[in-house]
Amino acid sequence: MMIAQMQAILELRNVVKDFPSHRAVDDISLTLEAGRFYSLLGASGCGKTTTLRLIAGFEKPTSGEILLNGTRVNDVPPYRRNVSTVFQSYALFPHLTVEKNIAFGLEQRGERSFSGKVEQAIEMVRLSGKSKRLPAELSGGEKQRVALARSLVLEPSILLLDEPLAALDLKLRREMRAELKAMQQRTGITFLFVTHDQEEALAMSDEIAIMHRGKIEQTGTPREVYRKPATRFVAGFLGAMNWIGDAGVRPEALRIARNGSEYRSTARVEQSLFLGNAVHVLLKLESGESATAELTGAEADFRTGELVHVNWSSADEMRFPR
Amino acid sequence: MKRGLSLYAAVAFAFLYVPLFVLVVFSFNQSRFTIWTGFSLDWYRAVFANTEMAEATWNSVVIAVTSSALSAVIGTLAAYGIWKRRSPLLTGSLYLSLVTPEIVTGISLLAFFQLVFRVVHLTLGLYTVVLAHVAFSIAYVAIVVTARLRTLDPSLEEAAMDLGATPWRAFWRVTLPALAPGIIAAALLALIVSFDDYVITSLVAGVDSETLPMVIYAIARRGANPTINAVSTLIVVGFGALIIISERVRQR
Amino acid sequence: MKQLRFWMLAPARVWMALFFAAPLLIVVAYSLLTRGDYGGVEQPTTLENFTRLFDPLYGAILLRSLVIAIVATAFCLLLGFPMALFISRSGRRKNLYLQLVTLPFWTSFLVRTYAWLFLLRDTGLINTLLIKAGIVSSPLPLLYNNGAVLLGLVYGYLPFMVLPLYATIERMEPALLEAAADLGARPFAALRRVTLPLALPGMFAGSVLVFIPCMGAYLTPDLLGGGKTVMAGNLIQNQFTTARDWPFGSAVSLMLMAINMLLLLPMMRRSEDVL
Repeated sequence: MMIAQMQAILELRNVVKDFPSHRAVDDISLTLEAGRFYSLLGASGCGKTTTLRLIAGFEKPTSGEILLNGTRVNDVPPYRRNVSTVFQSYALFPHLTVEKNIAFGLEQRGERSFSGKVEQAIEMVRLSGKSKRLPAELSGGEKQRVALARSLVLEPSILLLDEPLAALDLKLRREMRAELKAMQQRTGITFLFVTHDQEEALAMSDEIAIMHRGKIEQTGTPREVYRKPATRFVAGFLGAMNWIGDAGVRPEALRIARNGSEYRSTARVEQSLFLGNAVHVLLKLESGESATAELTGAEADFRTGELVHVNWSSADEMRFPR
Repeated sequence: MKRGLSLYAAVAFAFLYVPLFVLVVFSFNQSRFTIWTGFSLDWYRAVFANTEMAEATWNSVVIAVTSSALSAVIGTLAAYGIWKRRSPLLTGSLYLSLVTPEIVTGISLLAFFQLVFRVVHLTLGLYTVVLAHVAFSIAYVAIVVTARLRTLDPSLEEAAMDLGATPWRAFWRVTLPALAPGIIAAALLALIVSFDDYVITSLVAGVDSETLPMVIYAIARRGANPTINAVSTLIVVGFGALIIISERVRQR
Repeated sequence: MKQLRFWMLAPARVWMALFFAAPLLIVVAYSLLTRGDYGGVEQPTTLENFTRLFDPLYGAILLRSLVIAIVATAFCLLLGFPMALFISRSGRRKNLYLQLVTLPFWTSFLVRTYAWLFLLRDTGLINTLLIKAGIVSSPLPLLYNNGAVLLGLVYGYLPFMVLPLYATIERMEPALLEAAADLGARPFAALRRVTLPLALPGMFAGSVLVFIPCMGAYLTPDLLGGGKTVMAGNLIQNQFTTARDWPFGSAVSLMLMAINMLLLLPMMRRSEDVL
């Protein structure tokens, strides 16, 4: 009992948030344990950012409870919650240097001697030597790291990250993924990472919650949600999915052959796309349904118009109640 | 087309600057007529010897500084409040004050003060000019500051509160410094408009509170006078210096 | 949070209510009253002040103000558009030229009006040069007429037109003109078919900014028009000072504001977010 209480750092109980025009968050319950990396994954408008803002304290829930370290914080303003946010736009104070941006929160707490902590934080995000720069003089990745340091220096119970990688280019985004993950493991602070990018969520998280239309569809480890999606939505949202009859089959589970003895359907090759590390073969099944097979290795060389045999194992079929 | 456009622009810029240039050049002329007879600072001596003008200039400075400072504070707070949540009545009256002709603002304030003075035993003076100038400057300030607010990252204040600042401290430590260049520009605009105003000022100023534009106007109505050229040159130079200083401050 | 906002809005609300709204309401009230024997106002209430506006004498003044304001706005538009176009196409010097346009605006309006008085008077530079060159024998009557007033207004408010025009032209994508050229439009056709229509919001915004002060002009007609060119602004001032007919002066004021509103509301709507 005692252990359970210590570990649940954040708990949402039946949280609802209504806006004048619509219900953004619809009866969400969620428990976050200390020291783990969580992702809240969903398409834009699914309510994930609102959920984040509720936790940070920028919005008040219409009903339900938010508990931080076991204490109800529904009515606690953002500046008295030990939660910190990394904003999508970073929201660095344009008139303050890197150093002063990072010191801002410590100053608000009334701490007197914080230069050591600030220096440490600057070092941690590898910005030593740039501490006197203004935000306008930093690159996108550097701004991102200042925003991170500014929050982490406060040692929050939870760090909320609102699509923090969205503004970066692809290469930098990949680098920052690894860096964020490493940072989380080093500091041991709970991260709650909001994103619409499934690859990002799968790569970084210990646990993913998938949101859809204000509700949480499923929570689980990346492997669980990818291999055993609880709903049709999750199956379609995470990775690609072929819908054959009333079963879903992942493209990589489809096997095709020119004349296999055992097969479930014949199909005509409509297009073969070479992607470097894999080949995507677009198929028209005999049922009239379309499907994509992802093939790796050299065996894949099919021509448009060719007639092939398609097979998959029953273990790879996913079925959902309608 | 490109050449024609450049030629046109040259003529247009000449149209904007030649009258001012002629005005300045002839302030250094010996003769009072528009024929160059030699360089002289006589008209400037006349300006500095004129005690009426000195007094009026002092009045104008007092009015401009007070009213621009007041309207900068009031206008900035108003812009911020409206930015947080719409206030149609205040916004409407600010816009209406902008499209109300100066002469109408002037006579309405005159009528207002006369009515008030029937109850309160006061008379028109410098302070009535300040009250009037602030009333028409709030809208300028609010518009300039609102434009600046719109360029601000809306997450900035949330970030400050997220890091532990109360709403008041977030405004004071984060929003206000980010707005500072806009506020300075707005205050400067208010300062110049106030210093330059004749129409409203002449209607609500007391008998013993003449301003510099009122003195200039009284002389100019009787025709041109090189003393006015000299004062005008000083005003142009003074305003120019103010603008250059404010640009420097803004770029820092 | 709500409390903070309340106290921030309070000073502006109080100030605008006391020193803008209340005075305007007094003018509305006065416009319905009768002129007092020693100036001031008296009962009974009447609409006579408004019917007097249609008296040919006063109607002519209002009409003249309207015509002068419209013509001045049209001139500003005609002169300002090529300027805005020129600035937007001058590459690195854009900012310099833009500052050159705004600088006179930062200088005293009174001084700028006086500059024309100094140029146009009988012994001013223009007449002196004309006589010296032997083109005329006696000075031309350049000052104290409608033309001088128009010139003063256009000179005074031209920057108000150039700035919004420049803003709309500037935010136009350069690729649009390239696309027009690519589709076979010659420079002038591209200007007419692409730039001009897209600059419309700026034209409306600029027209609003120029028309309002021109319609209510007092200083320019008084200094450059002498006693001859009386516009609505001078009529109002006269009623409140020399003539001491406050009710009629109030009625003229309201009429002036009504004309402004009537012409401006549709324009403001079309100026989009340029204003």
